Amino acid sequence: MSTLERSIQGTSPLAERGGGREGESMRLNVREDFPIFAREFDGKPLTYLDSGATSQKPRAVIEAMDAYYCEHNANVHRGVYALAQEADAAYDDARTKVAEFVGWEPKTTIFTKNVTEAINLVAYSWGRANVGAGDVVLTTQMEHHANIVPWQQLCREKGAQLRYLEVDERGELSLEQLDRELERGDVKLVAFTHVSNVLGTIVPVAEMTARVRAAGATSLIDGAQAVPHMAVDAQAIGADFYAWTGHKALGPTGIGVLHGRGEILDEMPPFLTGGDMIASVSFEGATWNELPFKFEAGTPPIAEAVGLGAAVDYLAALDMQRVRSHERDLTAYLIERVREVEGLHFVGPPEAESRGGILSFTIDGMHAHDIAELANRGGVCIRAGHHCAQPLMRSLGVAATARASVGVYNEREDVDALIQALNEGRKVFGL
Amino acid sequence: MDDLYRDYILDHYKRPRNFGELDPHDMEALEHNPLCGDELGVHIRVKDGKIEDLRFHGHGCAISQASASIASEELVGMPLDQVADLNADWAIELLGIPVSATRRKCALLGLKVVKGAVTGDNSWPVGSV
Repeated sequence: MSTLERSIQGTSPLAERGGGREGESMRLNVREDFPIFAREFDGKPLTYLDSGATSQKPRAVIEAMDAYYCEHNANVHRGVYALAQEADAAYDDARTKVAEFVGWEPKTTIFTKNVTEAINLVAYSWGRANVGAGDVVLTTQMEHHANIVPWQQLCREKGAQLRYLEVDERGELSLEQLDRELERGDVKLVAFTHVSNVLGTIVPVAEMTARVRAAGATSLIDGAQAVPHMAVDAQAIGADFYAWTGHKALGPTGIGVLHGRGEILDEMPPFLTGGDMIASVSFEGATWNELPFKFEAGTPPIAEAVGLGAAVDYLAALDMQRVRSHERDLTAYLIERVREVEGLHFVGPPEAESRGGILSFTIDGMHAHDIAELANRGGVCIRAGHHCAQPLMRSLGVAATARASVGVYNEREDVDALIQALNEGRKVFGL
Repeated sequence: MDDLYRDYILDHYKRPRNFGELDPHDMEALEHNPLCGDELGVHIRVKDGKIEDLRFHGHGCAISQASASIASEELVGMPLDQVADLNADWAIELLGIPVSATRRKCALLGLKVVKGAVTGDNSWPVGSV
């Protein structure tokens, strides 16, 4: 049986690993499933703490994509031959798995290039049809640029107003402020992140969508930092639109996901137009294909969808509750250990329970970029900069932070390597 | 001894030369390094076609701050037309450390802002491509 078939049938080798017994250690111990950890840097093992930027890939994903290209490759939706039907089946099965992974219907699950394209799809297609002069689009101060700039463009074009929910000193949003904004009666859309890519804050998304719906507005959630790290049921959350991306979720680059409510997607005009998204075309005009194909113009990312299907199989076999427990414990350990580093300040909620596995910090007397450079001396990969969230950085009063972020493959040893590298880095700076 | 963070680099980072404001000044410019959120500005006073005095201001990493600080000592007294002709190699040789592709922008930020102030053209490319 090929890897693709195995992954299609959902019997990944991981299912046999078992575990999850009461009282068992939360360590996942899956490092060996990820070939990249065979790499060394100057004789030091790779300590990868940049999963917030992109995740590493398990062998199951790499092999599923390899098997697709070696055994099943053809274009989708047009061939009558057996090979093309295999490609169709692989693509459709991937969509079903990806949709079910977050509790959504395949028919209203659209493959995009990434979250940025997913949000742009909504901003151009839904936004241009539903937001007008004097209307308000509401977002938050903790958004990634991908959930700010498309709304700035929309509001500028339509004469609408873009307003921001504030971030408090704990790094959290205020539901009271959301209520006050919604009471104005002119809010058309509320776009917010599920987990902040800088603060790590877990946003109370279900409470927010309930309020947004009660006010007759539409909600869009950026789940890029949530789906890979916790059990997410986008239907139960009550989102009108929920977007996430493959490459942060152990899958390949080049594929993102947009889940949308069927009745909303049905009314929306297409975003990109051309091949595959049409029902019929004449020289005078065209009619649109059914969902989800109306929003997937051109040859889609087929191998990437197969890879993402294998990734969600892998995560589902680990059990997302266990993934969350593992990463929460690791984050608690990370918070405990960074407190030992003199002059280190981190942003966001102080307790692991309220946050995903992302920790942004500064160290007195060292620029974030130098912190990351010196961490690299210890084989430790962390990010430094504004994390595509310049407005948030400005309101936090910092130019840049260093950011460590965890994934399923991280263990306490990774945190220890980071702390050692930070302490050695401070010595280099004579601190 | 660290290859990159040598003693003189850290010395210039912690005690940058010619930093602050210069008022009145004849020329000024401000640059951002989008990679790391750094900001570096310069005030220049001109006399007889030469830089009579200059001050940098802003914040940044050790490499960008040290590079500006070290360059400032060479720039005072330099004719403006010579400043306009300075190239990336000048700044990197002056810095005296191996600069990776990702840190190149940091190393050249100081020269970029000075050239911008002197020529009025802020398009001098500092990227590796």
